[in-house]
Amino acid sequence: MFSASHRLHSDAMSDAENAGTYGKCNNPYGHGHNYALEITVSGPVDERTGMVCNLVDLDDFVQSEILERFDHQNLNTLREFADAVPTTENLCTAAYEILQRSFRHAHLEKVRIEETMLNSFEYAGGAENAT
Amino acid sequence: MVYLTRKAEFSASHYYHNPEFTPEENRRIFGKCNNPNGHGHNYTLEVTVKGEVDPRSGFVVDLKQLKEILNREVLDAMDHRFLNKEVPEFSTRIPTTENLAIAIWQRLDQKLNAARLHRVRVYETPDLFVDFYGEV
Repeated sequence: MFSASHRLHSDAMSDAENAGTYGKCNNPYGHGHNYALEITVSGPVDERTGMVCNLVDLDDFVQSEILERFDHQNLNTLREFADAVPTTENLCTAAYEILQRSFRHAHLEKVRIEETMLNSFEYAGGAENAT
Repeated sequence: MVYLTRKAEFSASHYYHNPEFTPEENRRIFGKCNNPNGHGHNYTLEVTVKGEVDPRSGFVVDLKQLKEILNREVLDAMDHRFLNKEVPEFSTRIPTTENLAIAIWQRLDQKLNAARLHRVRVYETPDLFVDFYGEV
């Protein structure tokens, strides 16, 4: 779980287009969410440990590379969103890419982010194999 | 490819009855659900759409439009309704949660344009749900 603020605004659109596309989310002062992040990894069960992946390794990685990066931040100010609107679609792909680049303890399957109780987003890389 | 899921809740009543079965068969197969006066559930609907993220908007689909389509096609038609008598699909099909998921898929699939429908999940109760991916 992490909490962050954002404003949805695209420099490629006029003010009217931005207001029409993003509605309340275009408020220049931004607004925030409590995001719930779910990461799915896969792999064979290690015969010695009985684990697919040591959860401590996963927790440590998520803490240091994702939560410390995004928690209590304004997403618009971060490098990942210098050229991309901080929608939860793009947040999902950004978190996936951080894991894909550096997490080595198990195979990354999927990143899922709940923006609110009603809306959630999933990214499993380019393939159409998520459920 | 990014998958987006929107949830909604609605409450409706139904009963299970197949006119081709004898009364005894209906009672045996459908049990308590065969009570002709109906009974109700709080349904939770999860609709998942998929698509590429539009580089200009950062969206897979405009959530406002998706919500409007869900409200119009599903909630307005089914919320606080008796499914057997008030929703046309169930004049000929039994309103099981399986058939409800299929009916919702068919209603939504015609209306979505930007993103593609991936899955319709309907929870009948918190411990029972049905998934439909469009293949009949």
